[in-house]
This record gives sequence, C-alpha cells and structure tokens, in this order.
Amino acid sequence: MTVHVRTLDELLHAPLEADSELTTQEYLVNMGPQHPIAHGSLRVVVRLDGETVKEVIPVPGYVHRGVEKMCEHLNYRQVIPYTDRLDYLSAIMNNWAVAKTVETAAGIETSDRIEVIRTIMAELQRLQSHALWWGVTGMDLGAYTAFLYGFREREIIGEIFEETIGARLTMNYIQPGGLMYDIKPDFAAKVKKLLPYLQDCVEQYETLLSGNVIFQERLRNVGIVDGARAVALGCTGPVVRASGVPLDLRATEPYGAYGKVQFNVVVGSIGDCWDRYYVRLEEMRESIRIIQQLIDGIPEGPYSTIRYNVELTLPEGIHYGQVETARGAFGVLIASDGKQEIPYRLHFRSPNFNNLWVVTAISPGWRIADFISIQSSLDLVIPDIDR
Amino acid sequence: MDPESLLALVETAHPTLRRRPLTDRPAVSVAPGELLAVMTTLRDHADLRFDLLITHTAIDYPGENRFELIYLLYSTVHGHWLIVAADVDRTRPVAPSVCGLWPIAEWQEREAYDLMGVLYDNHPDLRRVFLEDDWVGFPLRKDYQDEYMLELPK
Amino acid sequence: MQFVHTIAAAAATNSTWAPQTLAQRAADSAPHSLWLTAGYFLLAVVGVAALLSFLGMALIYIERKIAAHFQCRLGPTRVGPFGLFQTLADTLKLVFKEDFVPPKADRSLHMLAPFLALLVPVVLLALIPYSPNVQVADLNIGILFITAIGGFGVMGILIAGWSSNNKWSMIGAMRAGAQIISYELSATLALLVVVLFSGTMSLTGIVLSQQDGWWIWRGHAAGFVAFLIYVVASTAELNRTPFDIPEGESELTAGFHTEYSGLRFAFFFLAEFINMFTVSALTATLFLGGWMPFHVGDWAGFNAAMDTIPPGIWFLTKTSMVIFVIMWFRWTFPRLRVDQLMHLEWKVLLPLGFANLFVAAVVVLTELYPYPLAK
Repeated sequence: MTVHVRTLDELLHAPLEADSELTTQEYLVNMGPQHPIAHGSLRVVVRLDGETVKEVIPVPGYVHRGVEKMCEHLNYRQVIPYTDRLDYLSAIMNNWAVAKTVETAAGIETSDRIEVIRTIMAELQRLQSHALWWGVTGMDLGAYTAFLYGFREREIIGEIFEETIGARLTMNYIQPGGLMYDIKPDFAAKVKKLLPYLQDCVEQYETLLSGNVIFQERLRNVGIVDGARAVALGCTGPVVRASGVPLDLRATEPYGAYGKVQFNVVVGSIGDCWDRYYVRLEEMRESIRIIQQLIDGIPEGPYSTIRYNVELTLPEGIHYGQVETARGAFGVLIASDGKQEIPYRLHFRSPNFNNLWVVTAISPGWRIADFISIQSSLDLVIPDIDR
Repeated sequence: MDPESLLALVETAHPTLRRRPLTDRPAVSVAPGELLAVMTTLRDHADLRFDLLITHTAIDYPGENRFELIYLLYSTVHGHWLIVAADVDRTRPVAPSVCGLWPIAEWQEREAYDLMGVLYDNHPDLRRVFLEDDWVGFPLRKDYQDEYMLELPK
Repeated sequence: MQFVHTIAAAAATNSTWAPQTLAQRAADSAPHSLWLTAGYFLLAVVGVAALLSFLGMALIYIERKIAAHFQCRLGPTRVGPFGLFQTLADTLKLVFKEDFVPPKADRSLHMLAPFLALLVPVVLLALIPYSPNVQVADLNIGILFITAIGGFGVMGILIAGWSSNNKWSMIGAMRAGAQIISYELSATLALLVVVLFSGTMSLTGIVLSQQDGWWIWRGHAAGFVAFLIYVVASTAELNRTPFDIPEGESELTAGFHTEYSGLRFAFFFLAEFINMFTVSALTATLFLGGWMPFHVGDWAGFNAAMDTIPPGIWFLTKTSMVIFVIMWFRWTFPRLRVDQLMHLEWKVLLPLGFANLFVAAVVVLTELYPYPLAK
C-alpha cells in the first residue's frame, strides 16, 4: 500500500481545462497573501473562467508560527498569552478556553464573581469582534464608510478593556483559577453607560447597510450552504448557525455564567451570506442582553481562587475544553503525562481553520465578487488558521 | 445519552473496541484497520449520529513507537461526545482516511500529515497545508530537530 | 421639425445674453491683430491647464474632506490651514516616487495609457460653458463631439490593463470596457432627450434654451428621468462606487492601475477627478440650466434678484452640487457585482432610456411645455 503525497506545485501546474461551450481559457490568480480580501496573509489560489470561479485552493501557512510546538515547552500559564495571538479578535475567549480546560482537568474551583466577570468580558469582546467584522464586510463589498463605523465601536469597547486589562488587543486576562486583574470599581457603571449606546449602534448598522438594496443583492442567495453540509464541513459558530443548526456552546453546554442568563441562539434559515450577516447582527443584540442581565449583580470576592505562582500539573490523560468564540468553537486538547507541568501535546481546535474550507465547497460557480462576499461572511482571522 | 450507555451502545455495535481510559469525555480505542467501519457506524447509527468531526489530531509517543490519532466527534442531533483513538505504528504511520464520512477530515488530516507525518490512505489531496512542500521532517514529532529550535526546558 | 427649429431660433433671438467664446473672439480679432488671436489661443491653453491643476487639487481635497465627515473623521488638517496643502504634499510625494514599469509589460503602451486616460476630460474641459463669456469653443455639434470623445476615454483604461501584463489589471480593464461602453448608451440616450427639447447640439445653445426653465422640470417627467439616467450612467462611466468594479479594491487589488506608480498613477487619479468634474458640469449644463440663473415663471422681483448673482457662480454652484451627489454615492453605497451592473444597464436603464426618449419626442411634437417659450 502506498500513499501518494501531492504538492502545491503539482496542483497549480495541472493542465487547465478549456470551457467546452465557449472555449475560453481558464487561468489561475493568487488572491493573497498580499491582497485586500486576505485580511492578513491568507493565500487563495483561484481558478477562474472569465469572471466565474471554478476552483478555490486555500494555501494557508504564511503566519504559521508553530504555536502547538511552542506550547509543548511552556507551562499552562505561559500558554495563555499565545492564545491571544491566535484569533486576536477573540483573545479573552481563547484565554478562557485554556483556563477552562486546565481548571476542569486540575479540579480548580472558581467563584461566581470570576465567572460573571469572564462572561461579561467575553461578551464585550464578541461585540467588539462583530462590530469590526461588520465594518470589514462593508469595506469588502465596497462601502468603505462602514469600515470606520465598525472601528468606532471597537475603539470604544477597547477603552473599557484597556482600563481593566491594560491591553487593547492581546488581553492575556483570563487565567486558570481566576483573572489576571480585578475590575475597576467603576467598571460596571461604565459598561452600563455603554450598553444603550451599543444598542443604538446596532440599529445604526441596520440603517447604514442592511437596508441597502445593493448590499442585499450582493449577499442574498449567495454562497448557500445547508445545515447538514455545513456540519459535515466542520463549521461552527455563526457560520453553522446561519445554516439553521442551533449549535452554540454557550447554550448546549453552558459554561461561565451563561447558564444563569436568558438569551436566544440566533439561527438563520437557508445559510446564504445574508444569513451569516444577519446572524451576527442579531448576536450583537443578544450579547448586549447577556451583559445587561449580568452587569448589575457582579458578586463580591477575590478575583482569583489560586495563587498564581503555584505549580499546575494536570492528571495524566487527554483533556478537552472549548468555548464559543466570536467565530465558533475554540477547543483546547491537552494530552498530559501527569508528571510535568508542561503539556505533553497541546492541540488547538481553531474555528477559523475549520470554517475556512467551506469556501472550497461553496465558491465554485459564483463570480469573483461573490467569492469576496462569501469569504467576508465567514469572518476569518488568519493567524488562527495558521497557528 | 449519558456516557456509560453511549459507550455500551458503541461496544455492542463493535465488540472489538476497547475503552480508552484517562480521558475527560467518553473514549474508545480502535485498531486502524477497523477505523472506517467504526466511524461509519458512529456517523450513521440512528442513536449515535456523530455528524460533526470537531477535530482530529495526532499525538506522538516515540517511546512506545506509536502515534495516537485522536478523533473528537460531536453529535448536533443528540448533543453527545465521543473521542475515538487509534494507534498507528510510528515507523509506518498509515491510517485510513475518513474524508468520505466527514469532508472536513480532508483538511484536518492534511494538518496531521503536515505537522506529524501521518499518512492517510485514500485521501483525495494529501499534501502539506501550512509548511512548504519541500520542508524536511514533521515538526510536531517529538524527535524533530532543526537548527532554529528552542532548547527544551531542563 | 419646424417647431424644433423655432425653439432654437427663439432662444437665440430672445436671449438677453450674448455669449462669446474664446474661439469666437480669436476668430473675430484675426483680421485686426494676429497677436490678439495668438493671445486668445494662449489664454485658452493656459486657462485649461490652470483649471486642470486647480480642479485636481481642489476636488481631491474636497473628496477627502467629504469622505472624512461621512466617516466621523476630520480628514486632512495638518498641512497648511485646514489641511489645504495636503494634496500638494501628496502630489509632490507622487512626483518623487519611482516610475516603475513591470519588466514584462508593454513598455511604450504602459507609459502612454495614463496620458490617453487624461486626454479626454481635458478636451472636454474646453467645451464646457462656464459663464456667458468663459468658454474656449462652442461647437455646433457639441453633444456629438462630447459623446464621441467621451467614448475614447475607455481606451486609456483598456491599454493600461492590457499593457501591464497582470491578470488583475486585465480583468479590471475588461470590466471597465464592458461597463463604460454599456453605460455610454444610456448616457447618450439621456443626452438625446435634451437635444430634442432644445433643438440644438451646441452647449451654449442648450444653456440659452433653458432661459424659461431648466430641462429637468420643463420636459414633464421626461427631463427628470433623463437627468436621473444621465447621473447614474455617468457615475458608471466614471468608475466610481457603486460602479467601481474596474478598480474594485477588495476584488482586484486596484484593477487596471495595479501596476502603476508615482506620477503615472497620479494621472489616472487626476483623470478620474477631472472626469467627475466634466460629467457634473455637463449635467449642470444640460439639465440644470448651466450658468443660467434660477427663474420662477413670472416672479419678476425674484428673477431680478437671482440675476444679480453672476452666471459663473451659478454654474459652479450647480456643478458642485452634482459633484457632491456623486461623492455622496461613493461614500454610501457598496459595490455592484459585474452581472448586476450589466443587468441594471441592459434591462433597466436602456429600456427606460428608450421609453423616455419616446415620451420626450411626444412632448416636443405636441408642444406640451409648461412655460411659454417666448413671452
């Protein structure tokens, strides 16, 4: 039995077919690693026939840093800052995934206060991430103004983070057993003041883009993927929910304070780009609702249940924990040998890596411009794909 | 379904399975030869319906001369979890591909090939995913060495 | 046809205005002094060149300011008072940038294309009546000439895209070709409506024919519909959002000018802005009365008050309003897809344009003007 291993070169130099009816010449173009749609450095080789996309070959790896290998040399607390640098728009949620896995495996108890603050922070970041995504989608579709509106909200939420955490992008906030810093005394008041403003912003987003005929024409019925297919293609997060599958880890296996709050799992109907767009907008409203329910009753207490200089050793075995980030299920699989305070093997299940491949399945047959809509509606963060 | 009855159900379908201890979710261990048959049952059995392959990765045990392939399955229908582990020989790491069951496996297996060097039989497009095609070695293996590597902590 | 002839004749005879173009002055002075003739020619050339550079500077600054305020920003504020010299600084930067020609490009065509792209709007600048006495030349076939020359503008883009030897440039150029040629049909149909109404193709003649009301409201619905079609079609000809698919930043990196840098890139940029000005000026001239002041029926006092504002100001005001609308489009709308763009032209605008032309013909033949032409 032999297994044939292919190379990218082989794939790119394969003979191109001529369209049988019009005998037009197919051609390959590189979208990325330096291309406005890449939002980072994702290279996508697209086989085109005129304006029509025939095949999509994503070539990730331009930001591959070998995080998993590095983590084999780091203890569990040192792993946390590395997760910030995967999906940098969901840094807090990524921190939480590692913290949660380690806490469950090592049997560390956390307090209500910690869980509530974690939940509020995670939801704020989800809002921030979706606001940025909304702006970027506008920009991808040619409405540059939306981009700056999206960034405006991102900045305002960023200031809240900066005050508590001291960072705006790489948070390094949630630690196994607690939080890195306590919240400031006026944190709750500031967030409460912010919520009505954010609610207005979501309404503004609706009037700015959602109602626009061109915008709807560009997104509706484009890149349809039905629920079963989306699940088979490994999608999670808003992408799979837009296809009508109510898979939201916050609801299916509640962690943090999600069990205590009321919120809806937003699902779409047919799974086109418009559904993926609208699911995220609705999720912003749900996030605001979650924060509203929690912000008044943040319990008192310490912000950590363990001392941070203790040695953390996980029991032998495989431990898996995951959270719902703004893009889907972010999981951490830790294989521990039970002896060292570093993981024997650590694997990140990244939502973007798994969501990316849906473009190969749904893009063929659409135009170049639709490919942009599709890729934009997946909301990819490239460092998370490459790890 | 609670983990115990889930495992019992899987075991009745495939009596050769062993439970894999030391995991935080229900887990079974299969021989690579049986992997496809087991996976097909797991996906198609009405009470199992594992339709989402959450992640797939490999763990390197050079001391025991094996790779452990980990498949983490989730059922969006029933909401239950299962870890499927398969040991392959480290000197000849060939495993059947499960692309036919879950399309996402195509890329997850490519990642495992790229970083760990596990070969997948019947994979439609097995090639490197992150690294260059001319990269020598498989970086996530425990014995991987190149001149730019960090020192292992003492 | 008799009627059409009378409109033009009436407009010429009843006019309180006596427009004179530079070309006319030069021709008139030729028998007396050749130096004066040469002076007029020089004035025309210098005037157009000065206008070109001024418009380039001013429009880029205005666009940036408008965009900034649409986007909750301030725009340029640092260079000079209110950032007025920002464009100058940017131009200086572009002048000093490397003029890069890709190794496998068609060198001569690659270098020629930006000039071809700029040529068309510059020629058109000479035809626009800015004020009764400020116009370089008034051709009796003005509209025909504008349509013919305007169609040539796509050549620069096509050559740029082809000669760059880059797939993105090529796609952009092909898109531009398809788009500009398609939308020219609608724009021309809209122009024909005005030609029908005024009975002349000369731009000054068209302005004079609007003494008793601008064509946008005098031609019943036909004038207004023609105005809308013309604005949409000419925005498409300008390759500006929502019709910027030839550049389509997020799709084609920069479309046809992907491989251009430095001054040659600046020429494309300039061409776009000058084009925007000429299109707006033509819209103002054809539909909004050009330099003609705003008059309402028999309100003699109001009309007299309006007449005190110089015609040049009227022209500038109307043109700036159209420019603002086009900029407003750009900073509000997303981009259309290529097939939606074609759908809009061939299935919506073109049939509408033909129907509108028919309605206009009926209006003209049945003499259904709301205002009496000659008092």
